[in-house]
Amino acid sequence: MASLKDIKRKVTGVKKTKQITRAMNMVAASKFKSAQMKMENFRPYAGKFMDVLNSLALRVETMSHPLLAVRDPRRIRVICMTSDRGLCGGFNTNLIKATERFMKEKVKDGKEVALINVGRKGRDYFRKKANVLAQKVDVLSKFDMTLAVSIADEVIVPFVKEEYDELYLIYNQFRNVSVQKPTVVRLFPLPSIGQDADVDPDRFLDYAYEPSEEALLQKLLPMYVHVLVYRALLETSAGENGARMAAMDNATSNCEELISSLTLKMNKARQAAITAELMDIVGGTEALAKG
Amino acid sequence: MADELMLEIVSPEKMVFSGKIEEVTIPGTEGEFGVLRGHEAFLSSVDIGELNFLKEGKKTYYAVNTGYAEVTANKVTILIETAERSDHIDKERALKAKDNAESRLGQMTKEDVEYEIMRGALARAIARISVAEKNIY
Repeated sequence: MASLKDIKRKVTGVKKTKQITRAMNMVAASKFKSAQMKMENFRPYAGKFMDVLNSLALRVETMSHPLLAVRDPRRIRVICMTSDRGLCGGFNTNLIKATERFMKEKVKDGKEVALINVGRKGRDYFRKKANVLAQKVDVLSKFDMTLAVSIADEVIVPFVKEEYDELYLIYNQFRNVSVQKPTVVRLFPLPSIGQDADVDPDRFLDYAYEPSEEALLQKLLPMYVHVLVYRALLETSAGENGARMAAMDNATSNCEELISSLTLKMNKARQAAITAELMDIVGGTEALAKG
Repeated sequence: MADELMLEIVSPEKMVFSGKIEEVTIPGTEGEFGVLRGHEAFLSSVDIGELNFLKEGKKTYYAVNTGYAEVTANKVTILIETAERSDHIDKERALKAKDNAESRLGQMTKEDVEYEIMRGALARAIARISVAEKNIY
């Protein structure tokens, strides 16, 4: 049995760990709150943007834009959006697994697959395992629309120049604090817009357009990509902090469990030591009395 | 007041501005245009440039990036990817960005992939500088 001193040391250690995990839980909670607020602030923009885009798409007969071009998908690019930091449960592991599975399938179909990493964790994992084209790390702690624009611009240009044929974005869809679901979305060619949308086609009927509807739509499509990427970034950031909150909460309660079982052990050891000492004294006095 | 116009400027991060104004000037793709109350309904894309509006006789300036503007008789909604008010702009940084963009552009030809991107950066820097100079707070 471990000595009293050893157990005592262990208890102090676990207590310190608990302090850290609890602090991390609180930090994650406040970061989660601000990420959620960012999502909230984005909603009016996204909502209005989709309104206009959808009603425009309904009014334009045939859309032709390089971003809508469907080609034989021979060369594929994948954006894997992980977090920069760890200690957030299975958040990154699940996503990386999903990405790996997806890429393996595509490779098996004889496609050429290249990867773009957003977030440090994905970069670290795929560094030597996949054909990594580009990466953006240490960007997620503080970001705004310009990050989404720079990610989008890096993929739009080569797609328009027909350097590759399809682009997929893999990220953790944010359901709630404890549920994030790895999701694959096809970014390019852009899925058709306006078909399933619930818009009032008459809403913009009496409007004058400057430039023409077609030209306006051409301009809005890259912005649409920015919106999609930005939303994925927001969900990643909210999901990461939500996952970390849950993980750290678990860790804290595990620490508590450990502390109570260790304390029990410690008390038993202390009791045993006292008993042994008493036995010694009693044995001693008895021996003296006999002598 | 009869000639008041509702203006909303929305960016992905926040509602940049929302309130009643008298007049707004928007950098449209086909040129700058001003909107007063009673303007015909229309939709225009917005380019990199300088946006300003008149409220209680005072002008406020913003440097804006691509987006669009929806105009109705008594309301203007502007959706914009970035909008910076004149007093929030770091002019030094804008000047540096302009120099950087100019020197990079000097080494490129029009066929370069990055040419358009750098040209955008240059236009943004110029718009920011010109807006920053109109600091009247």
